[in-house]
Amino acid sequence: MVKPLVKVHLWSGLRALAGGHAAVEVRAATVGQMLDALIEAHPALEEAIDAGVSVSIDGKIYGQGLTQAVAEGQEIYLLQRIKGG
Amino acid sequence: MIHVNTTVNGDPAEFLCEPRETLLDALRDRLDLTGAKEGCGTGDCGACTVTLDGRPVCSCLVLAAEADGREVGTVEGIARGEALHPLQRKFIEHAALQCGICTPGILVAAKALLEKTPDPSETEVRYWLAGNLCRCTGYDKIIRAVMDAAAEMRENA
Amino acid sequence: MAFDEKTGAFKVVGTRPDRPDGVDKVTGRARFGADASAPGMLHAVIIRSPHAHARIVKIDTSKAEAAKGVKAVVTRVDFAAGLKGEPWNILENVIAGDTALYDGHAVCALAATSLLAAKDAAKLVEVTYEVLPHVTDVDAAMQDGAPVIREGAADSSVPAGMHPNVVRYHESGHGDPDEGFAEADLVIEDHFVTEATHQGYIEPHACLATLGGDGRGELWCCTQGHWNVQKVCAALLGIETSKLRVAASEIGGGFGGKTAVFIEPVALALSRKANRPVKLVMPRADVFRATGPTASTSMDVRIGMKKDGTITAASGVFRCQGGAFPGAPMEFTAMCAFAPYNLKHVRQVGYDVMTNRPKQAAYRAPGSPMAAFAVESVIDELCNRLELDPIEVRLKNASREGTKASFGPKWDRIGLVETLEAAKAHPHYAAPLAPGAGRGVSCGFWFNHGGETAVQLALSEDGTVQLSVGTPDIGGSRASMCMMAAEELGIPYEDVRTTIADTATLGYNEISHGSRVTYASGLATIEAARDTIRKLCRRSADKWGIDPEAVEWRDGAAYPAGPNAGDHDPLPIREIARRMGRTGGPIVGHYEATPEGAGVSFATHIVDAEVDRETGATKVTRYTVVQDAGKAIHPTYVEGQYQGGAAQGIGWALNEEYIYGADGRLQNAGFLDYRIPVASDLPMIDTVIVEVPNPGHPYGVRGVGETSICPPLAAIANAVSNAAGVRMRQLPMRPSRILEALEGQGS
Repeated sequence: MVKPLVKVHLWSGLRALAGGHAAVEVRAATVGQMLDALIEAHPALEEAIDAGVSVSIDGKIYGQGLTQAVAEGQEIYLLQRIKGG
Repeated sequence: MIHVNTTVNGDPAEFLCEPRETLLDALRDRLDLTGAKEGCGTGDCGACTVTLDGRPVCSCLVLAAEADGREVGTVEGIARGEALHPLQRKFIEHAALQCGICTPGILVAAKALLEKTPDPSETEVRYWLAGNLCRCTGYDKIIRAVMDAAAEMRENA
Repeated sequence: MAFDEKTGAFKVVGTRPDRPDGVDKVTGRARFGADASAPGMLHAVIIRSPHAHARIVKIDTSKAEAAKGVKAVVTRVDFAAGLKGEPWNILENVIAGDTALYDGHAVCALAATSLLAAKDAAKLVEVTYEVLPHVTDVDAAMQDGAPVIREGAADSSVPAGMHPNVVRYHESGHGDPDEGFAEADLVIEDHFVTEATHQGYIEPHACLATLGGDGRGELWCCTQGHWNVQKVCAALLGIETSKLRVAASEIGGGFGGKTAVFIEPVALALSRKANRPVKLVMPRADVFRATGPTASTSMDVRIGMKKDGTITAASGVFRCQGGAFPGAPMEFTAMCAFAPYNLKHVRQVGYDVMTNRPKQAAYRAPGSPMAAFAVESVIDELCNRLELDPIEVRLKNASREGTKASFGPKWDRIGLVETLEAAKAHPHYAAPLAPGAGRGVSCGFWFNHGGETAVQLALSEDGTVQLSVGTPDIGGSRASMCMMAAEELGIPYEDVRTTIADTATLGYNEISHGSRVTYASGLATIEAARDTIRKLCRRSADKWGIDPEAVEWRDGAAYPAGPNAGDHDPLPIREIARRMGRTGGPIVGHYEATPEGAGVSFATHIVDAEVDRETGATKVTRYTVVQDAGKAIHPTYVEGQYQGGAAQGIGWALNEEYIYGADGRLQNAGFLDYRIPVASDLPMIDTVIVEVPNPGHPYGVRGVGETSICPPLAAIANAVSNAAGVRMRQLPMRPSRILEALEGQGS
């Protein structure tokens, strides 16, 4: 089964670690797969992703979950992991 | 060790203490009255407020030995058995507490105010309680609770 | 977990019942961190570095160990070796390795049979230091030649060529700010500075620890997150997590400062060595010197505006120091700064810088208030110079559902505009200003959080309910949990008792932070109640001999539903509970999840302030908080959060600051000189609860605890700047600073 092709926008500080790209397309069906695929495509992203990222999907912010489904055509942004006080 | 004979909330109490021990330490550690709290140990926060012969004091600045022969009033003595004091009831009703750590000190101080000044203005209440720090509420609901309790107590006097 | 459209007809939610722990707290019965004791208990004292930066040459504890009553002494060697990453950072902060990194850094600890004996013995510990140069200022720490806190701590995000003290970097935004600035009629750029502040909780950290040689331990402590304490202590002590049982006491304030672990590992290590329980209570001076204050910041913000009030571009650089460890929340400062504004061209940059200061911790919305101070001040200045109304300008440029956030994604349903409209309509905004007074307005934003949550709802045989949650009650949440359970089950509020369970009796729960408790524990409570209802309906179906689908739950009882369900008398919850042992066993509902869907929260504050031009003293004369709560479960406690955050913001804006001397030592480690607002400083604080439901919670709840501290710094700075007639760019605006500003203006 071919996983959906999703487009992930990176915050501008990450672009240098992703070959200068503002957005990266990977094949993934879940957030977890998407993060793994990003690291596979651009290994320099691993440190930032392991440090913690939250993901915004069509405006809904997912703090840390890996199981959320992702699909083609969604607006997906990586954000530094949201923590509070 | 010094042998102290005192009265706490109307009941005789006695304990042994070091000369350097504070009244706060003695109440909490010798008499198991943990209502008064240590917030700072230097008399700046009021969380340790108790009355000594009716006068509000920072118990962290009073030596335990100084309680000998005197009367101490703590938060544990404000209610009469099951019956809460109007201040206590109003605090709950007005949500005049969030974490509750400053509440014992504020109740002791407020009770002393109302015994002295049954009809205080908002300003008088604020200045009387200026020695009791609260970090959660911003004081708004505390002041309202005290004024409301004062009104109820005047009505029933 | 989606929003339930049925929310029109709440019976309990939205009312204002008395909180369940109220009586305990007004009678002194409630037990906080320092209120526990155990037979044979020892008392602990921590010995701390008096130097801002020093190599620890030697620690001689021989005299202390021989002192009367001393039963155990620990240093770094008594903790786990080989830790990496954040666990290492935490351990290094809890107790120094070979270097003391800030004034107050723990070096050694001992436990004795009385607190006085421990304090006396502490004076006998001899530590030999080699004092090193130190740096405490964020900008100074980035300069060539600044003392290095630690080599190699920077991650790969940091641009090449920066000082080793710069450990993390953030950059985000979109468009081309230069193009946008070129379109503006007026561009203002300014530099802002905020000093570190402390959450100022009145209860010092305190714990009672027991750890045996077999690795089994019990810990009682005041904390916002006891599962986190369990995890961290287990790692630092090299024991298995499940062997340590942690119970959370009532907590006397946290505000983010009690999300971190400072003294518990030390108490456990002492207990293990002495084989006796150890009580450790932090003295107030230690709380200031060695827990987690906020970051201090140095910020540059540039905003361009057209004459009609349209913001054409915005950019900001936010330098934040978080003490001697990575973690200053500069990415949140950066991401929150322009969040209230719909901008075509925006860029924000953040730097996380290390200094010789204690390891920072969150203070309500970490990083956001400082950003709002800078940004909202510039917007205020633009409004003044272009003679535009501050609320109209914010409405004109406001973020709305579907507009692009400054940090990238399109907004989901948000309530910023509703708070601005409510502020605009509020009598405060139209009230005439007293002569010499100034008015300030500010918006603020925070993300809010979900986090791991597990909840259990157990029926008692009399039909009342015991709800176990894992989130310490830092704001009155037990009342809200009882209300949500009562709402779902259709039983009286008084029939629900909510307890904060310990780590051994419930699944993992994330720290009470991120304004997550009413959202996440609340959502879990609702789900657990629904789980319980399914089980109650099944028991009823079994009793009636019908399909469970044919049973409905209403007003605390099971009813046959539908035409074929038959004619059965309703079964109230107490009836089912009474026989549960014989009809299938105890009835317990539960729910575990990491809910995603916490809604963000916006606020708008209005402040009036008067400045005494002779003394520089400021009086806040009127304050109005308008904030989006999504759905206020218990409105009185929502008001309490609004008022509390505003009061903390007032202190931060006007008086509170960490003052370091030239020797790098904290000068004001006490409540006398670290001046938080007292009752006579403040007016009544008016609150308006706006409710724009969060689509991610069944009742629409948005977290409220943190956003309330985001606008006050700017709102007050704007009021004071307008009253004084001079722009204030540094916090706190203590009287001496206001007088300097007035003099500088030649007034």
